[in-house]
Amino acid sequence: MDAIFIQILNGLDKGAAYALIALGLTLVFGTLGIVNFAHGALFMLGAFCAVTFQKLVTISAKVRDEGVTAFVAYKEQPYLESWFGDTGRIIIDYSVPLSIMLAIPFMLLVGYVMERGLIKHFYKRPHAEQILVTFGLAIVIQEIIKAYFGANPIPQPAPDILAGSANVGSWVGLGDNLVYPWWRLIYLCFSGLIIFAVFAFLQFTTYGMVVRAGMRDRETVGLLGINIERRFTVVFAIAAVVAGVAGVMYTPILPPDYHLGMEFLVLSFVVVVVGGMGSLGGAVMAGFLLGIVQSFASMNEVKEIFPGIDQIILYLVAVVILLVLPRGLLGRAGVMDD
Amino acid sequence: MTNTKKLLLNDTFVVIIFAAAILAMPIWLDPIGGNYPDLLQKFAIYGIFAIGFNILFGLTGYLSFGHAAFLGVGSYAAVWSFKLLTMNVIPAVIFGVLFAGILAAVIGFLSLRRTGIYFSILTLAFAQMSYNLAYSVLTPITNGETGLQLARSDPRILDRLFSQEQAAGLPSTDLFGETMSGYPGFYFCAVLLIVCFYISMRIFRSPFGLMLKGIKSNQNRMRYTGLNTRPYMLTAFIISGMYAGLAGSLLAVTDPLAGAERMQWTASGEVVLMTILGGAGTLVGPMLGAGLIKYFENIFSAFDDNVLTQAFSFLPDSVLEFVVPVVGLFVGSGWHLTLGLLFMVIVIFLPGGLVEGFRRIYDYFKSGGGNAKTQSVEARNQAGE
Repeated sequence: MDAIFIQILNGLDKGAAYALIALGLTLVFGTLGIVNFAHGALFMLGAFCAVTFQKLVTISAKVRDEGVTAFVAYKEQPYLESWFGDTGRIIIDYSVPLSIMLAIPFMLLVGYVMERGLIKHFYKRPHAEQILVTFGLAIVIQEIIKAYFGANPIPQPAPDILAGSANVGSWVGLGDNLVYPWWRLIYLCFSGLIIFAVFAFLQFTTYGMVVRAGMRDRETVGLLGINIERRFTVVFAIAAVVAGVAGVMYTPILPPDYHLGMEFLVLSFVVVVVGGMGSLGGAVMAGFLLGIVQSFASMNEVKEIFPGIDQIILYLVAVVILLVLPRGLLGRAGVMDD
Repeated sequence: MTNTKKLLLNDTFVVIIFAAAILAMPIWLDPIGGNYPDLLQKFAIYGIFAIGFNILFGLTGYLSFGHAAFLGVGSYAAVWSFKLLTMNVIPAVIFGVLFAGILAAVIGFLSLRRTGIYFSILTLAFAQMSYNLAYSVLTPITNGETGLQLARSDPRILDRLFSQEQAAGLPSTDLFGETMSGYPGFYFCAVLLIVCFYISMRIFRSPFGLMLKGIKSNQNRMRYTGLNTRPYMLTAFIISGMYAGLAGSLLAVTDPLAGAERMQWTASGEVVLMTILGGAGTLVGPMLGAGLIKYFENIFSAFDDNVLTQAFSFLPDSVLEFVVPVVGLFVGSGWHLTLGLLFMVIVIFLPGGLVEGFRRIYDYFKSGGGNAKTQSVEARNQAGE
C-alpha cells in the first residue's frame, strides 16, 4: 500500500513535468498549427534562467575570513549578503523560485522573437518542414547553451526549508515512515496551478475565447476583423513561458544540462500525440497517465514479472493507444490526418 | 542541346557518371582533405542509408523517425554472423539486410495504419523501444552498453571448417581473403552504393515508384480509384528498412562492433537531416546530403583553437583575439551549431535542398544567356555527383 502510494506520487510528479511541456506544445499546435520541435529547448532555456539567476545573485567578493585566526584566510562572500545581510541570504537561498521573475520576461521575449522571426514564415509550409526547421533551431539553442555553460549538469539547490522530506504518510493515515521530498510536492502543486491558469485563461477570459475561436476556425475569426495572428503570437509566448517556468521549477529535481530539452522533447511529443494533437485536455491527461504508468512499471515487483518493462512502457502504451484510438485519447477528427 | 539533354537524362549515363564520381572519390576529395578511408567509407555507408530513407520519405512523404532501429539491427546481425559463421562479409551483409527487412515488416505493418505525425511518432516509439531493450533486457544478444564485439573464442563455424590454422589476435573481416579495412573496404561499400543507387533509380522510374508518388500527392484519391495503398506503402517501408540494414551491416563490416547508440533517435534524426539537406525526393540529393554532413563532421570537428590561430594568422593580433573564439564556437566540438544553422538556412530558403539550389542556379544561368554556359554545366555536374 505504501509503495503504491509513493508510486502514484512519483507518477504524478513525472506526469506533471510531461503535462506542462505537452501543454505548451499542443497549445502552439492547436493555435498556430506548428509542430514545434524547439519546445524542449524552451524548457531547457527556462532551466538555465534559474542557473543564470543563481549565478547573478551569488556574484562574490573575496573577503577576509574572520573565523580563521591562525593565518590570513579569504572566503567568497556574495555581494548581496554583504550589502543586505539576512535579506540577501534569503534571496540566495530562494534563488530557484525567485528566478521565475527572470524567466517570465525572458521567455516572453524569446517566444515573441521566435514566433515573429521564424515561426511566422512557416504557417503555410508542410508539417515536415516545420519539424525540421524547429529541430535545427533546437540544435542551435542547445549548442549555444553548451558553449556558455559547459556540458556538465549544474545542480540547483532548493531552498533550505524545502530541502527535506514531507511526512506524507501521516497526512493520509498510512504510518509515519512514508516520506516524500517537499520540493516534488511543491512542483506538483505548482504545475497544477499553471495548468489551471492556462485553462482559466482560455476558458474564462474574452481574450481566451477569441483564441479558442481562432483554433476552431481561424479564417472566420480573421474575417470578423480580429487580428488573430497577433493573438497567436501572444499564445506562442505564453506557451514559451509555461515551458520556461516548468524548466525553472524542475532544476532542483534534475540538475539541468544542455540536452535536457531533447530528452524531454521526445517524451512530450509522445505525450501530445497520445493525448491527441491539438487537444489541451488530452495532453494533460496523457501526461499524468504516462507518468503514473511509468512509475508503476519501474516498481521491482513489476520488473520481476516483465524484465525491462520500465524501459519501454511509455512507448508501448503510446503504440497501443495509437493503434486502438487513431487520434489519441481526445484528438479531434481532421487534425494532422495527412 | 537536345542531344546532350537526352544523353543527360539517360539512366545508364547517369549511373555511369555516378559510379565514376563515387569510385574516383579518393582522387577528387584529396584537395579538400576528404581522402582517408574511414571518411570515404562513411560517405558510402551513410549514402546508402540516406538513399534508402529517401525511398520512403521522398517518394511517399511518410516521415519515419525510427530508421536508426534498422541500422542497429543490421549491425548486430552482421556482427553475430562474424561471431558465429565466418569473417567473410557476404553472409554478414545478407543477414543484416534480412533481419532489418523482417523488423521493418513488423514495424511497418503496425505503423502504416496511421499517417502524418502519428506515423512519425509510432516509428519513433518502436525505435526507442528497440534502443531501450538493446540496452537492458536484450543484453545477452547486444552486450548492452559495452557493445557487441568480436572475441577470439567465437565459434566461427564456417571458418573453422575450411581452415585449420588460427591466426593470432582478432581476425578481421574479409571478402574471400581481401581484408575489409582501408581502401578495399571503401570500394566494397562504394560498389554496393552504386548498386543501391541503381536500384533506387529503377524504383523511382518504375510504375511502383509512380504509385508511391501518387500516394504522396493524394492518398485518398488513390484509394477512391480502387487501389489498396497499404501493400505499396509496406513494400516501400521494407525496402527502405533493408537499405538501412545494409548500411548498418556495412558499418559492422568496416569496424566489427555494434553498439545500441546506433539505434537512438538522434541517429534517425541524422538521416532525416541528410536527406532534407540534399533534397528529398531527388535521386542524388540524399547522397549529397550524407556526404556533406559526414564531411563537415570530420573536418570541422577536428579544428581547434590552434588550427584556427594558424588559419587566421594573417590578421593583426587584436582582431585575431576576437575572431578565434567566435569562429571557435562554430567548429571543433561546437560543429553541431554550424550544422543546426546550416540546416535552418536550407529549410528556410531552399526547402528542396541542395539539389533545388543547383537547379535554381542552372535555371538562372540558362535564362541569363550563353556566356554562363560553363557554370551551368558545372552546377549540373555537381548535382550529378
